[in-house]
Amino acid sequence: MQYSKKEYLDYLNQKSPNSTIIKDIICAFLVGGIICVIGQAFYDLYNKAFGIDEETARTAVSVTMVFLGAFLTGINVYGKIAKYAGAGTLVPITGFANAIVSPAMEFKKEGLVLGLAAKMFVIAGPVLVYGITASAFVGVIYYIIGLMGGSL
Amino acid sequence: MTYLNAFWVGGLICVVAQILIDKTKLTPGRILVSFVVIGVILGGLGIYDKLVEFAGAGATVPIVGFGNVLAKGAIKAVGEKGLLGALLGGAQAAAGGISASIVFGFLIALIFNPKSK
Repeated sequence: MQYSKKEYLDYLNQKSPNSTIIKDIICAFLVGGIICVIGQAFYDLYNKAFGIDEETARTAVSVTMVFLGAFLTGINVYGKIAKYAGAGTLVPITGFANAIVSPAMEFKKEGLVLGLAAKMFVIAGPVLVYGITASAFVGVIYYIIGLMGGSL
Repeated sequence: MTYLNAFWVGGLICVVAQILIDKTKLTPGRILVSFVVIGVILGGLGIYDKLVEFAGAGATVPIVGFGNVLAKGAIKAVGEKGLLGALLGGAQAAAGGISASIVFGFLIALIFNPKSK
């Protein structure tokens, strides 16, 4: 059967989005999973090998992952992985570091204050604004529940 | 076993975000903001810690875990210091991650340059 060019393009448009989505999903799953496994390895190193308590070890893991994300962004590696991994590199905390370093580097030429430093928060800023505000709401709700004699 | 759970739970959280990106055209920034707020809500309800117990870094490394830390910090501080704790606890608990992001982010952006196009 022969397709006209238009029919073929329609067919492509119909088919390709789905196959791209499936490929995107597999890449996001694998890369996101691997980044978390690396985090788990650092956790075990800090908690089990160094004997650091759970909460501090988790903070140390965040700090480590943030450093790795920032560093890999600096040497232009994170962006290359992100091209394939999509949300797999966005959602882990390394992606948060990437979202800080990437615009900061990009806008460094506009100055160290209003360029680099200001642009660090293009994405990280909103994350902190909504995250911290939501946490304050949670705190207030718990305070009210406590006042009403509920158990915390 | 923890490693396997960390892998598939962490991977799955990323898949949810990937589907949102592909299907709804939500920008990455909006995804990150939504996921943090979802983490705060799940943390506030005390649900997310169960996932952390099960999946370890699979739950703490995704940005949702950052929201969980914020919420738990606020709850703990309210218990210790009263209403003011709602403002103290979140940022206090997340201080390590936030300060690391600022300090490392600043230094790395200062040292390295974007790939020339």
